[in-house]
Amino acid sequence: MLNIDCPWCGKRHETEFRYGGEAHIARPEDPAKLEDTEWAEFLFMRTNTKGYFAERWLHSHGCRRWFNVFRNTVTHEIVGSYKMGEKPPKLPKSAGGTK
Amino acid sequence: MTQAFRTTSGGRIDRKKAINFTFNGQSYIGYEGDTLASALLANGVHLLGRSFKYHRPRGIVAAGAEEPNSMVQLGEGATTEPNIRATQISLYEGLKASSVNVWPNLELDISAINGLFAKIMTAGFYNKTFMWPRSMWMKLYEPVIRRAAGWGKAPAMGDPDIYDHMHLHVEVMVVGGGPAGLMAAMAAGRAGARVLLVDEQNEFGGSLLSRKRQIGGKDETAWIADMVAELEAMPDVTLLRRSTAFGYYDHNYLCVLEQKTDHLPAAERKGKVRQRVWHIRAGQVVLATGAHERPLVFADNDSPGIMLAGSVQTYVNRYGVLPGKKMVLFTNNDTAYEAAIDLQAAGGDVVAIIDCRTEPTGELVDAARALDIEILAGHAITGTSGGKRVSSVEVRKIQKGAKVYTTIERNIDCDLVAMSGGWSPVVHLFSQSQGQLEYDEEKVCFLPGKSRQAQQVAGALAGQFSVKECLAGGYKAGADAARATGFTPKRKPAAPEIDEPAVGSVEPYWIVPSSRPVGEGMAKHFVDLQNDTTAADIELAVREGFESVEHIKRYTLTGFGTDQGKTSNINALAILSGILDKPIPKVGTTTFRPPYTPVSYGALAGRNLGDWSDPVRVTSIHDWHVKNGALFENVGQWKRPWYFPKQGETMQEALNRECLAVRNSVGVLDASTLGKIDIRGPDAAEFLNRIYTNAWAKLGIGRVRYGLMCHEDGMVFDDGTTARLAEDRFLMTTTTGGAAGVLDWLEEYLQTEWPELKVYCTSVTEQWATVSITGPKAGAVLEKLAPEMDLSHENFPFLSFKEGEVAGINARIFRISFTGELTYEINVPWTCGLALWKAVMAAGAEFDITPYGTESMHILRAEKGFIIVGQETDGTTTPQDLGMDWIVSKKKPDFIGKRSFTRSDTARPDRKQLVGLLTETPDDVLPEGSQLVFDPNVPKPIPMAGHVTSSYYSAALGRSIALALVKGGHGRKGQKIFAPLDKRTVTAEIVDPVFYDKEGDRLNG
Repeated sequence: MLNIDCPWCGKRHETEFRYGGEAHIARPEDPAKLEDTEWAEFLFMRTNTKGYFAERWLHSHGCRRWFNVFRNTVTHEIVGSYKMGEKPPKLPKSAGGTK
Repeated sequence: MTQAFRTTSGGRIDRKKAINFTFNGQSYIGYEGDTLASALLANGVHLLGRSFKYHRPRGIVAAGAEEPNSMVQLGEGATTEPNIRATQISLYEGLKASSVNVWPNLELDISAINGLFAKIMTAGFYNKTFMWPRSMWMKLYEPVIRRAAGWGKAPAMGDPDIYDHMHLHVEVMVVGGGPAGLMAAMAAGRAGARVLLVDEQNEFGGSLLSRKRQIGGKDETAWIADMVAELEAMPDVTLLRRSTAFGYYDHNYLCVLEQKTDHLPAAERKGKVRQRVWHIRAGQVVLATGAHERPLVFADNDSPGIMLAGSVQTYVNRYGVLPGKKMVLFTNNDTAYEAAIDLQAAGGDVVAIIDCRTEPTGELVDAARALDIEILAGHAITGTSGGKRVSSVEVRKIQKGAKVYTTIERNIDCDLVAMSGGWSPVVHLFSQSQGQLEYDEEKVCFLPGKSRQAQQVAGALAGQFSVKECLAGGYKAGADAARATGFTPKRKPAAPEIDEPAVGSVEPYWIVPSSRPVGEGMAKHFVDLQNDTTAADIELAVREGFESVEHIKRYTLTGFGTDQGKTSNINALAILSGILDKPIPKVGTTTFRPPYTPVSYGALAGRNLGDWSDPVRVTSIHDWHVKNGALFENVGQWKRPWYFPKQGETMQEALNRECLAVRNSVGVLDASTLGKIDIRGPDAAEFLNRIYTNAWAKLGIGRVRYGLMCHEDGMVFDDGTTARLAEDRFLMTTTTGGAAGVLDWLEEYLQTEWPELKVYCTSVTEQWATVSITGPKAGAVLEKLAPEMDLSHENFPFLSFKEGEVAGINARIFRISFTGELTYEINVPWTCGLALWKAVMAAGAEFDITPYGTESMHILRAEKGFIIVGQETDGTTTPQDLGMDWIVSKKKPDFIGKRSFTRSDTARPDRKQLVGLLTETPDDVLPEGSQLVFDPNVPKPIPMAGHVTSSYYSAALGRSIALALVKGGHGRKGQKIFAPLDKRTVTAEIVDPVFYDKEGDRLNG
């Protein structure tokens, strides 16, 4: 079970949270202007990352805040968590540099 | 004669405390400190059971968790447990155990005839034999072979024992209380860290419980006692005995099973927690899980009396038991010699040591020679005889690289064979934690490599096989763990003098040929004793095309079962590596998964049983419903009245009565469970505009509107009415089951997409109790309860609300309707729900007001063609599919879901659309979920046209009605459609989904 660092509450067990999928996918400003394929891209297509991945979590059984977590999908290592609108933390050097 | 195989002195048993127990009905005596296995061996009992497939006689092989054979049925009645290893059962007064997998009994097992058919029961026999003909499954394979191949029996009654769970956070958790683990806990404890030390045994000490060692001038018993005493004196150190860390999960989350009363006589267990599952989150974990010895794979290596050498040593030194009096040792390494030396010292006779190495040398070898024990170097055991107890072994000279060894050198009589194929570190937890394994050629084993989690490894697990290395490695691991969690370790104490023999060498010897090639003739080279997998099975699997170790495991069953191949996995993959001619590291290991040893369901469930298995939510009116005979339906976690049968009424009769009361007079529903969300802020109206499909900006204060919510893909996911309480404040209602999900959804958009909107959402579901009165007489009832209130349609029109007193309680009254009748939904503070309900019942008595439940609610709304989200919708249904275009705004530039309504798929004309169905025979009520077809007479497979979503008998209409999703249904009204059921096909006509009061005249009473 993951130990997730909520930016508001601190480290809590995964069972207090709800997963929210890939982070940093903004809802298009004006969906009506998009072609079907562009809208489908937003609606359905997500990266299936093996490695470091920015994802959203909701502290549903806690402060009810949404936030982002930067996690390695292979090792489950959590590099850090950050509030909505903030930039992801830098990758550790050992993990292949500073993205 | 009792306990004929007990030594005269020594061991960690209390010879003053005799314990009576029975095995297969026979009474025996053991001592406190015994396991069932050691007590049976003390009484000369070796034959404990029959093997899984061939029903060959089997006995005790090991002394701990790695035991593959000696599974017994423990206890009786409701507390009986199947397949418990005799080596892990602490002996207690009155213990009753019996063999598993024997029929009719252990001595005379008829199924052993299976052995004669061994040729067809090779690798993959399940897959091959049971394929055809199908009828044979029911008649022969299932009843006969399952009985023969099964193990113990699960209890037939509920588990009466108490279990619980505990959560613990520590800086350092140490798994394994042998020399390395004790030292690690000491180092971390002295540094000031919160430490948890767990060990599966009844006492700490690990390998020191089995081996005599002098440590710093003390014997091993005194050294362990001093270590434990110091640890126990530390306030922040927790020690758990009889506690197995069975699972190692992400981010240093471990689960431990503590067996609190399993070692006590039944009378002393009453009222106590039997087992506890500890949930641990640790800053650092020190794994000091030790090592298991490997068997050697030689012909007929499975008879009772053939045991692991280290386990023989454990029985001699720890339990004061001679597993045999004439022992032959078969080994590929030095450490096993110590078992021979200790058995001889305890009064047994070691008749020969068969060493596969050509020139064994070293301290222990010399010590054996000094005792005049014959050592046959460069030899191997190539066969055994005895059946129910080994009686002699056949020894041949090893011919390097040969597939057969040609000459019999010797036949040696014996009653015990101790074998050792080297040691395998217990990497299970390390591997569960995603650590990578590395093969060590010199030590002939897999060792922990790169860690994925915050952990240290120490002791035999890390390849530290001497006590000296264990103490040094344990101290370092404990100190490193403390440092990593922010503590400063104390100065390292000086290493104590340790009197122990050198570990010596080990030479890989994975398979021992005999007079014929492996797999030919009757001899069997067992690799996995629990699953009866032989070396020949592995060869056969390779011949049939399996190469991956994971496939071989599944095809031959190696490594399955309750022991998960603790003694067989490495031998199996080494044999596979030999067949494939690939180095062992290239073959790799199978995946290690939790649990390390079996855990009972009771322990996993803990206290979460019955009423506590899931939270139950009830309304403030619940007790009234119970007293008045309601039957209940679970809606999410809520208990909702389903219907209120009167004495002697069938369900349908009750529903007819309830529905007709609503249509003809007045009914009352407890609607408190509907989700309610208070939405507040200057941007609240704009927010609703984006969330709902219809327009909200112009909704007047005091007015109510129905809304649909869609996901971005355009699919309906919730509905409900929302009232405007003030310019900047709304009260939203959601479905009962969808409330939490809707609140999450609203928060998601407010926090992630539109943080600029000034809106707050608060769940108020449990702040307001809701009593809905509905029917032509609803107004008359409310008039009596709220005489001051103007209920005229001009002043209180449909889709509006008022605040005022109802029955003397401050209330909000909403004029909405889910039945099509005049309806008032009266909301009062939660605690006043019952008072209001009673007042409503009293006021409505003269109109014969009738309480109704969810089932009548469903019928009444279906008569009106109102949807229920989750019944008429399934996540693939758009508002247009439901014929609800009227609620989808054409003017709003954007809202959630809008863009998706013009996707090619959602705009398709042949989508499944909501229609009504009327069966040709009015009494026919279609089963909900029935598949529908346009033509039942076309060749199969018949193309599906849709399915029935709701179906009821409508008393108001005097016939059945149904709602369905049908392909292109909106354009098919008047057409016939068919529901092919099990024995008949029902014909129905596609109609409009509104069956009752199409004009909506009844809304105003």
